[in-house]
Amino acid sequence: MDKTRTRTLQQKSSAKWLIHLFPLPALLVYVIFVLYPLFSAFTYSLYDWKGIAKGSFVGLQNFIMLFQQEPYNEMFARAFGHNVIYFVGEMIVQNGIAFALAYIIYRKIRGAEFLKAAYFLPRLLSVIIVGFLWKLILNPNFGALNTLLAKVGLQEWARPWLGDPDTALYAIILVNSWFGIGFAVLIFLAGLQAIPEELIEAARLEGAGGLRLLTRIILPLCMPSLTIMSVLTFIQAFEAFELVYAMQGSMGEPYYSTDTLAVFFYRLTFGGAGGGDTVAIGLGSALAVVLFAIVASVSALSLYVMRKREVQH
Amino acid sequence: MKTSIAARSLQVLFAYLFALIALYPILLMIGSSFKTNQQIFANPLSLPTSFSFKNYAELWEAVPFADFLWNSVIVSVASVLLILLFSAMAAFYIARFSFKWNGYLYFFFLLGLMIPVKLGIVPLFLLMKKLGLLNSLWSLILIYTGSGIPISVFILTGFLRTLPVQLEEAARMDGCNNFQVFWKILLPLVRPALGTVMIINFIQAWNDFFFPLIFIQKEELKTIPVGMLSLFGEYEANWSLLFAGLTLSALPMIVVFLLASKQFMEGLTAGAVK
Repeated sequence: MDKTRTRTLQQKSSAKWLIHLFPLPALLVYVIFVLYPLFSAFTYSLYDWKGIAKGSFVGLQNFIMLFQQEPYNEMFARAFGHNVIYFVGEMIVQNGIAFALAYIIYRKIRGAEFLKAAYFLPRLLSVIIVGFLWKLILNPNFGALNTLLAKVGLQEWARPWLGDPDTALYAIILVNSWFGIGFAVLIFLAGLQAIPEELIEAARLEGAGGLRLLTRIILPLCMPSLTIMSVLTFIQAFEAFELVYAMQGSMGEPYYSTDTLAVFFYRLTFGGAGGGDTVAIGLGSALAVVLFAIVASVSALSLYVMRKREVQH
Repeated sequence: MKTSIAARSLQVLFAYLFALIALYPILLMIGSSFKTNQQIFANPLSLPTSFSFKNYAELWEAVPFADFLWNSVIVSVASVLLILLFSAMAAFYIARFSFKWNGYLYFFFLLGLMIPVKLGIVPLFLLMKKLGLLNSLWSLILIYTGSGIPISVFILTGFLRTLPVQLEEAARMDGCNNFQVFWKILLPLVRPALGTVMIINFIQAWNDFFFPLIFIQKEELKTIPVGMLSLFGEYEANWSLLFAGLTLSALPMIVVFLLASKQFMEGLTAGAVK
């Protein structure tokens, strides 16, 4: 073997080794700033904490406290209930209206591009801007909504939307729907447009029209996009924090009527739970584990179901 | 389809009514930013009678808005560039080589799609403190890069797998090494997917307010969303100022959207549907 040939061989093998550097930067940043903090939070939940100093190992004590001791257990149950309402409300208002709008656009309408862009525009704003804007609009004295109601003769309907415990949570759900509807329209529209034209044609030839066509053919064939949107809505509902924080503060006012698990988590972690300023990192971490379990299990399950369905097709 | 004209007109009406509901609050926000407080309180719904930029001048005095804007630009651009580079490199490795651990590596990245990053905020806070990155824009750049990587690796790997290998083989025959194949051949080919990744992550980084809320205390280091938080905390009663702040905060994103609305809508849904 002559010398030049050995050199090229060596160069080749060193270049080959270098390829393993390619995934490294992504892997490092992802592990250090996403995975490591999450798994640390899991271990934190098993320790007693004094402020931000880690104390002794206490096993499942924090979880027991979260579920059994007042006021934590009450706050947990109430916030969990609100998350469920949030999810159901979003499914009905946001996704229900979005599907109707997507269906109308799918059936051809003049100005479809304009409509899609208009619905979508709010989605681009920061949630904090959305929250603050609507706080001004819903203001009981000078807000645009109550003024509008008075103008059209419905002044009895006017109320302090965000100050009344009976309406505050629903007001936030509606604002969130305003924010998210355009995205849902696009997802549903993509689902509708993926239905093969022949299938609808064939069904129509057999006399299926209007409602029957919608419920028997279109809805079942839209299942993938409906599933995706339901899962995204679920995740978003159970992580709901920013809008509540922007509009009702970290106490989920009035009287915790808009409190969610993520807001409760924020209070435990950064102070404000149980009235005082004390932080409860052990409890907060326990709540983080519970929240993670809820969100991850639903998204894993849906992923599994979707993959299975893909195989069947 | 057999829908009566009446039913169809009702549908069209419904569709345009919702466009109005979507747009009106934004128009109200922009319109109110040109009004005085008296005009807003006396008649919240009316259009401004004159266009006065007094509120904007006042806003400039009240908060360091130029700083907020600059910080948002730095954080979003830096994190998007890092995400594009790192994810493309990782996707290249996963999609174009067949080492026996590649399947696991891909799955490992995909796990990140299920992780609510905010739940790790306490360890993350302590980590940033240890690294001396609290009150530094780097804390935000790193966390946005880390949390953007899973979806980006997912999109880019999917796209790379659809590309034919012939070009690459030809390049290798001509003596290109892995770096050259990656940089000169594949990167230009995945441009559409890079656009999608860019849009998804840009919106995320630009609009986030949770992490700067926790990591940034110094006024001059705040990004636009947390800057609004201090504005609303201090000038609660000065609505014309608040509307001006909201309008100015929303404006950059609205302008970018008007320039490339199609790419935005396709990009953001691509991440979800695939």
